[in-house]
Amino acid sequence: MTDQTNALILVVDDYQDAREMYAEYLQFSGFRVAEARNGNEALEQAFALKPDLILMDLSLPGMDGWEATRQLKSDERTRHIPVVALTGHALAGASDGAKRAGCDSFVTKPCLPDDLVVEVRRMLNAVQKQV
Amino acid sequence: MSPLQVRTIARAPVAAGAAARLELLEFFLVHSDDIVRCAQASLDWLLRYAGVRQSACLAVDGEANLLVGIAAAGVPGEDIELFSWPLSDTRDPLVMAVNAPQPVSFKAARPNGHPQRGLPVTPLGPGAFVALPLRGVKESSHDGEGALGLLLMRGPSSITPDVQWLATVLGQKVEQIRGRGSLSEEVRKLRRERALFFTIINAVTDPILLTDTEGRLIVANARAEKLFASSEEESEGRRRAIELNNMLFSAALSRTAVVQPDPEARELLLVDPSDGSDLLFEVLSTTVEDPREGTGIVSVLRNITDLRRATEQIEENYQKLRVAEAAARAERDRLNLIIDSVADPIIVTDPTGSTVLMNAPAEEVFTVGFNAPEIAQRTVQANDAHFSSFISGLLLGVSGPGEIRRGEIALTNPNTQKPIPVEAIAGKVQSETGELTAVVTILHDRTEALERARLFEQLRLGADELQMRVQAATAELAQQNELLRRQAIELEQASRLKSQFLANMSHEFRTPLNAILGYTHMLLQGVAGDVQPPVRRQLSRIDSNGRHLLQIINEILDITRIEAGKMPLQVTDFDVNELVPEVMAELDPMIARSKLPVRQRLDPRIPMVRTDRQKVKQIVVNLLSNALKFTHEGGIDIEVSFEPAGRTASIAVRDTGIGIAPEHHEKVFEDFRQVDDSPSRQYGGTGLGLAICRRLASMLGGRITLTSNIGQGSTFTLIFPVEAEP
Repeated sequence: MTDQTNALILVVDDYQDAREMYAEYLQFSGFRVAEARNGNEALEQAFALKPDLILMDLSLPGMDGWEATRQLKSDERTRHIPVVALTGHALAGASDGAKRAGCDSFVTKPCLPDDLVVEVRRMLNAVQKQV
Repeated sequence: MSPLQVRTIARAPVAAGAAARLELLEFFLVHSDDIVRCAQASLDWLLRYAGVRQSACLAVDGEANLLVGIAAAGVPGEDIELFSWPLSDTRDPLVMAVNAPQPVSFKAARPNGHPQRGLPVTPLGPGAFVALPLRGVKESSHDGEGALGLLLMRGPSSITPDVQWLATVLGQKVEQIRGRGSLSEEVRKLRRERALFFTIINAVTDPILLTDTEGRLIVANARAEKLFASSEEESEGRRRAIELNNMLFSAALSRTAVVQPDPEARELLLVDPSDGSDLLFEVLSTTVEDPREGTGIVSVLRNITDLRRATEQIEENYQKLRVAEAAARAERDRLNLIIDSVADPIIVTDPTGSTVLMNAPAEEVFTVGFNAPEIAQRTVQANDAHFSSFISGLLLGVSGPGEIRRGEIALTNPNTQKPIPVEAIAGKVQSETGELTAVVTILHDRTEALERARLFEQLRLGADELQMRVQAATAELAQQNELLRRQAIELEQASRLKSQFLANMSHEFRTPLNAILGYTHMLLQGVAGDVQPPVRRQLSRIDSNGRHLLQIINEILDITRIEAGKMPLQVTDFDVNELVPEVMAELDPMIARSKLPVRQRLDPRIPMVRTDRQKVKQIVVNLLSNALKFTHEGGIDIEVSFEPAGRTASIAVRDTGIGIAPEHHEKVFEDFRQVDDSPSRQYGGTGLGLAICRRLASMLGGRITLTSNIGQGSTFTLIFPVEAEP
C-alpha cells in the first residue's frame, strides 16, 4: 500500500462544485485525486486506477452510488478498496442502506473539507492497520 | 168366643134376704115396662145373691118363632144381644128346654175340646149350664104350653130357692109386660137396631173398640176382635200376639186418657196375629158419657201401615226428586254461569228465529231498558235486524247436523253508539231425529282484533321505515367511512409527500450549502493564499450564517424525521454520569466563549440506564447550549439525580440567565417559538430546539419540566425512565 500522503482518492460526485471542492482540498492536503461524475465512471476509474479510497456520493444520475458500491464490493479487484459514502440525505436509514451496499464509512453532507480529510485519513489508517 | 176382659163385678154370693128380694121387686115396679132392664136387674141380682157366675136371659119371640137373648151377666153384652135361636126344631135341646116343665141341665163339653153334639151354643159359651123355663101365672096353669123364655146360668151346683124365686118372679114380670103386648115389638125393634149397629160396625174395615175408663173392652167390631180377642183353641203364637196387642192398646189408651183428653190421632204399633207382621194404626179415641154405662172410650183404629209405607215411599221419592231437581238446577246455574261468564255474546234461537236465551254480553247489545233514549232503542232494533237476517240464512238453508255458519255482522253498542264489528259463528242443534231444535250463535267482538291488526300494520310500517332509515344511515356511514378511508390515504400520502418533500428540500439545501461552507472554510484555511484580516472577518460572517442556516435545516429535518416516525428508539445501556462530561466536552468551544463557570454534579447511586443514548445526549446538548446562550453572568449547573421509587433519572440544567415569565413557560416548547418573536430578536436560534427536545423526551417516555421567572434564571429538567419501553 502506498504512503498515506501519496494515496489516490477517487471522488465520485455528480455535483461539480462539491466534487472539485473536495478534490482541490484533498490535493491541498497532499493526496492524489481522481474524479468521476456518476456510477459508471466510478466503476471504470476504480478498475483502471485502483484507488486507495473512494469517496462515493450516493445520489448519482444513472447508476447511483449504492449500486456502484455493490458492484465494487462484489468484484475481487476492487473489494479491498474502502468506500466512504457521502450523502445529503440525513434521514434515518440512509446510512444503513449505505452500509448494506458495502460502504465502509458514512459522512453526511454538508461536510467541511477539513472534516472530510480527517475521515479519509482515519479510514486509510484503519486499512493499513488491517494489512 | 170368650173375651179376655169380661164385665165381671166380683161380689161374694150371699143368700138373698127378704130385703134383697124386696129391692128387686121394687126395681120391677119402677121399670114396669122395660123387659130388658128388668131381666138385666134379675141377672145382676142372681150374681150378687144366688152364687151364679154367668147367666143369660132368653125370651121367646112368638111371631118370629125365635128364641132371642135380652140380657146377660158375666158375659159380653153384645153376645147376648146378637143371640138368636130358631124354635122351629122341636128336637133341639134348647127348644126342648123351653118346652120342658122342669129346669134342664146341659153337660160340659168333652175333654177333647170338640163341642158336644146336642149341646147348644149359648151366650154363656162352651161348658155346662142349667136352663130354667120362665113361665107366667097363665102358663103355669096350662101344662105342656111353651115357656115365655129361658134363664141360663152357670155357677151354683143346684137350683136354690132364691133362683127358683127369681125365675118365678121374672117369669111373671115377663108375662105381665108381654101381656100388655109391648114386649115383642119392643125387643124386636131393639134387636133390629142392635143387629144393624153391629152389622154397621162390623162392616167398617177399621177396628172399632169401646172400652170403659179402666181399659176393659165393652164392644169390639169383627176387625178389632181379630186383633184383640182370641179363643182358647187358637195357637200359642196368636194368643201371645193378641195379649201383646191388648197391652199395647191399654197403654195407648191410658196415655190418651191421662195426657190427651181431647180426641187426637195417635199412632199405635200392633202385631198382626195371623202372620206376626207389624201393623201401624192411627188411634182416634173419643170419650163418651152414657148415663147407664158410665164413661167409656170409643177408639177407632185406622190401619196406616200401607199409608205409612206409601208416605215413606212418597217422601223418599220426593227427596229423590228434590235431589234431582237441585242437581238439575245446579247444572243449569252452572251452565248459565258459564254462558254468562263468556265475554262474547251468546244467543240461542229456536227454529222460528225467536230468541230463547242470551247471556249478559248479548243482553248489552240486543236489549235496552224501556226508558232508554230513543237512539239506543233504534240501535237495538237495528242490531236485532242484522242478527235476524244472518240467522235466517242458516234457518232456511238445508244442511246436515253440525253445520257452522260464519259471517260478519256490523253491530253497534246501544249505550256508546260505538260500532262493534263482530264475527258471528252459528251452529245448529238437532234432536236425535234430526229435527232442528235450536241455533246457538256466538258473536265474537273483532274490535280488538282489528285494532291489533291496525297497530300491527302501523308497527310494520314503522319497522319498515326504520329499517329503511337504518339502511340509509348505514349506507351513508359506509360512504363516510369510505370517504374517511380515502381521506386517510390521501392524508397519509400528503404526509409522506411532505416528509419526502422536506427530505428532498433539505438535501437540495445541503448540496449548495455544502459548497458555500466548504469553500468559505477553504478560504479561511488559506488554501488560496493568505487572507487579509478584513476579508477574514467577512468570510467568518459567511461561515457563521451558513452554519446557522445548516442548523435550521438540520432541526427542521429532525422534526420531520420524528413526525414521519423515521427516528426510532435505539436502546442501549449507558452511564448518565459519563454522558454529561461528554456533552460538556462537545460544547467546550461555546463554554469557553461564554466565559461562564459550568459545574456538573453527578449522582454515584444512579444505575446504568437502558434507553436511546443519542436522544438523551441531543436533549442535554440543546438544554446546555440554550443556557449558555441566555446567560450573561453567574453560572450554569448540570445536576444528575436518580429517583429510586419511580425508577427515573433526571438531568437538570440550571442557569442564572434572563429567565422566562410563567405565562411563557408553555410557549417556549412550541415550534419556531422564542419568547421574543420580533424579527429583530436579540438571540439566535431556530426556535425549534425545545420543541424537538420535548418530542424526543416523549419518545423516551419522559418529559421536560421548567422552573423559571424573569431575572431569576431558568431550570430545565429532563426526567426519563431508566428503562425505556421499546
